[in-house]
Amino acid sequence: MILSRFVKTAAFALPLLAITLISAGCNGGGPAPSGIVIGEYGAMTGEEATFGTSTDKGVQMAITEANAKGGVNGEKVAVKLYDDQGIPDQAKTVVTKLIQQDGVCAVIGEVASSNSLQAAPECQKSKVPMITPASTNAKVTQQGDYIFRTCFIDPFQGGVMASFAMHNLKAKTAAVLTDSSQDYSKGLAAAFKATFTKMGGKIVADEAYGKGALDYHSQLSTIKAANPDVLFVPGYYNNVGAIGRTARSVGVKVPLLGGDGWDSDKLFEGAAGSLEGCYFSNHYSIQNTDPKVQAFVAQYKKDNAGESPDAMAALGYDATRILLAALAKAGKPADGSYTSDAYRAKLRDAIAATKDFDGVTGKITLGADRNAIKPAVVLEIKGNERKYVSTVKPEEIPT
Amino acid sequence: MQDQLHHFLQQLVFGLGVGSIYALIALGYTMVYGVLRLINFAHGDVYMVGAYISLLLARYIYAHHAGSPSGEVFAICLVASMLGCGILGVVIERLAYRPLRKAPRLASLITAIGVSLLIENFCNLPGVFGSSPQTSPNLLPGNHVAYTVQGIVIERNYLVLFVATLILLVTLWYVVTRTRLGRAMRAVSFDNDAASLMGVNTNAVITFTFFVGSALAGAAGCLFSGMVQNSIFPYFGIMPGVKAFVAAVLGGIGNIPGAAVGGFLMGLAEVLVVSYGPRFHIPPTYSDAMAFAILIVVLLVKPTGLFGKGVVEKV
Amino acid sequence: MKRTLANFLTAAITVAILVALNAGMNYVEANSRFHAGYAIRVLMLALINVIAAVSLNLVNGFTGQFSLGHAVFFGIGAYAGAAFTVFAQKPLFGHILSSSDVVSWSHGGIVLLAAMLVGGLAAALAGFIVGLPSLKLRGDYLAIVTLGFNFIVVVVINSLDVIGGAAGFTGTSRGDTPVNIPALTSFFWVALVAITVIVLSINLRRSVHGLAFESIREDEIAAEAMGIPTTRYKVTAFVLAAFLAGVAGAMYVHYNGSVATPSLDFTASVNIVVMVVLGGLGSVSGSVVGAIILTVLPEALRNISPDADKYRLVVYSVLLIILMLLRPQGIFGRDEIGAVWFRKQINGTVTLPRRSLTWLTNVLQRRQRRGGSA
Repeated sequence: MILSRFVKTAAFALPLLAITLISAGCNGGGPAPSGIVIGEYGAMTGEEATFGTSTDKGVQMAITEANAKGGVNGEKVAVKLYDDQGIPDQAKTVVTKLIQQDGVCAVIGEVASSNSLQAAPECQKSKVPMITPASTNAKVTQQGDYIFRTCFIDPFQGGVMASFAMHNLKAKTAAVLTDSSQDYSKGLAAAFKATFTKMGGKIVADEAYGKGALDYHSQLSTIKAANPDVLFVPGYYNNVGAIGRTARSVGVKVPLLGGDGWDSDKLFEGAAGSLEGCYFSNHYSIQNTDPKVQAFVAQYKKDNAGESPDAMAALGYDATRILLAALAKAGKPADGSYTSDAYRAKLRDAIAATKDFDGVTGKITLGADRNAIKPAVVLEIKGNERKYVSTVKPEEIPT
Repeated sequence: MQDQLHHFLQQLVFGLGVGSIYALIALGYTMVYGVLRLINFAHGDVYMVGAYISLLLARYIYAHHAGSPSGEVFAICLVASMLGCGILGVVIERLAYRPLRKAPRLASLITAIGVSLLIENFCNLPGVFGSSPQTSPNLLPGNHVAYTVQGIVIERNYLVLFVATLILLVTLWYVVTRTRLGRAMRAVSFDNDAASLMGVNTNAVITFTFFVGSALAGAAGCLFSGMVQNSIFPYFGIMPGVKAFVAAVLGGIGNIPGAAVGGFLMGLAEVLVVSYGPRFHIPPTYSDAMAFAILIVVLLVKPTGLFGKGVVEKV
Repeated sequence: MKRTLANFLTAAITVAILVALNAGMNYVEANSRFHAGYAIRVLMLALINVIAAVSLNLVNGFTGQFSLGHAVFFGIGAYAGAAFTVFAQKPLFGHILSSSDVVSWSHGGIVLLAAMLVGGLAAALAGFIVGLPSLKLRGDYLAIVTLGFNFIVVVVINSLDVIGGAAGFTGTSRGDTPVNIPALTSFFWVALVAITVIVLSINLRRSVHGLAFESIREDEIAAEAMGIPTTRYKVTAFVLAAFLAGVAGAMYVHYNGSVATPSLDFTASVNIVVMVVLGGLGSVSGSVVGAIILTVLPEALRNISPDADKYRLVVYSVLLIILMLLRPQGIFGRDEIGAVWFRKQINGTVTLPRRSLTWLTNVLQRRQRRGGSA
């Protein structure tokens, strides 16, 4: 009985499995494509799509620029982009596909640390360099010596604002309002609390909101009762606007502080003037008179219907340019293959040697732990503008 | 002590504001469940569409008619959201649910999930609403207008939100209990086949139920985007949708006043967890989970919800 | 006696075939010339999904209850299994494995089996706690409670930093050395478990217990009137399904090397339900096919064109709606793939030889009288 049933099931299931294997295996089993192919993965659909599409705009801009100048090593550069829907195990699947089937020499992505954390071991295993433009969790680059990042890590940015609150704003007490559904927000909050306490300040309220929060009245009324000197809100711009408005309505009058998640024109839309005189740390100032920054902002606006670049776009742009520079430095491979282990190792060394790279998001040096060492700027919100206040160098932050 | 009481009352005021949104969404769930025994998973997404209709319309009015916020703009946006969502609800029922009315219930449930995914993913496309979060302009003049009563802050926008919700609830209550259509609705909900034998046009009643339920979700969407003014994006309807569904179950699914009460209770419970949770070592973020914990407890103690009648199954 | 021998032989042959396939697959994967890593990954994920879908079919298909949070049991199994290998491995097994180690067959197998057991039991316990109260009730309550439970677990895991929080669980560190979740799951184990679960399900369906499950689906009140302990059967099916999903989760995490909450959130649960309904509720072959289609199809759609990627999810949801409208009973309906199914496709309808409810209760009562458990 069992036998016949089993045979029936097997007779049915095995061909399907075979078809699966063949159909999935065939379309990429051929020789690696010629020329330079860079892999990119990110959320193009799903809830996180806004981060993925912004990053992609920056990446595409850098590639278009490079190709307009004749490409790298005399060859055009192509980007192979896959959507991971913002789901970690899909990130791992598409990175495997990029490496195994699309013959990419290196990989760029992701924004969310949870996705980068699943993809990075795959890159490390196959010895393919990966640059994450915006994953801030310290663990990401610890996955191996082929994994790099071009953004700040959480401890630095949280420290910057703690130090700014202490020294520039003379704050003695602080409150924190964390978006606990975002690893980024939790990381910044933890770093802020640690640095601020170490410098002798006191955290008087530590509140949080989740994914399903409709408004923030309850949290902010508790914060109001604690009466802090500053309020640190390391969230993304989409919620910070409403948080700012609510803070003012319940009577929190002190400045709000934040991180690079605030950096978007859309912040002003939601805040309706309530964030006047508040500060956030960022990679660069959009008003920086540096021609390179101005050219980037102008070109981005031209490509994207007048929309200003947010932090993700700028970071995607810089990550790609660092990779392109490393490709140029590693030179044309002797055997013509950009995907050989030897060439990828050479490329990895070239990325690791990045020093004082003149990026839009600051002068970037990749340190021994493969994290970007670069200064942060603190911006103040005045009207619907972000005004430059000060620059904080990494060495100024106590660890 | 005075302070404690004051803080508590203030939290209640906040809770009623959020609860209004849940109450309005919960009504649609409960009405549809009442007539079709179907968990309409797309309902949270109808709410999302309502929020976008209001946001886009408000932006259009301000941009093209050099208007400033006024009661008129608010009224136009509210009506447009309600109409738009009502029509969307009817279309969904007609195309996706009606063909499956005789099919296994699970099939219509999967279809409902499919419709929900379709709305979310379609709206997320770059050409439609796009994936980046947006915030609506204020529909009423002046920002952060608030009144203080006995030291308790009541924001004007939240007051409008609450009053508008009450008006809609009373209207609905009147329609359901005092009109012929309402009686037909109750008849269909009591026993579909018997109602149709008694000459009730059940299809028309179901269409009407979807229209009203979805219009209420549209109103909730408009009130959220224009009054609460938090950011909206194509997937933001999921969580409030699910919580409102829980609110409907809490009040006794199929029971209209129960859904409204359940919604307000849900809003209050969340706010109380955020403000009092930490004293009992419950992190504020657990407010998202607390709603469901309450639900599970209620189901264990009184499975039919607070106001639900026990259903005697016919053998 | 003869049958036992035949069964034993079948099992032995199956294991031998799997060992051979496993060896072949290791060779192909290790040799980058074949570019097979991606295909193998999709295959592995498909098989893991097969286990999850077939297990959910026990509840939603056989017993006719409606669980909307199955991914949560998968997730609990994954987190519990991974926590077990990461935190308890050294004390229990003497040394630490990490994902880069070449794990010996026997050692890795023992650790994996232990992790699967831990994951499965953790999920079963959670299933029992959730299932017992809600399965006493009739109607949609199980759906509502499982849905709520799903949200609760995701929120709680996201706030637990010891298992990675929102960034996902990849392991821990002992001093400066990271202790990663070891990659122990090979094709052999996944395929073996998948086949076992499928055979178990099909046999269960034809057993007295399986018929008791189905009688509850057909008419709970009648079943109860006939003396079938409905609550006990519903809870049994639910806990068994949770256990199997937990096992699948433990295998997943030891294949993937990490787990994050998107693998167990509400969307993931819906995905498993769709697999089961797509294949046909109550049909084991249906769940298998549904799981494979829903894992492979989205990947296959990637290659159509670079721009099509952004329409993938829209196309998926439209297909889902159309399929449900045209074929609400799923691909196979309730039938298993086999002679009856094919005849039905050709002739239109076939009257199925179904044993009646009366027959079932007679059997059950006879058993109870004999003192056996029903």
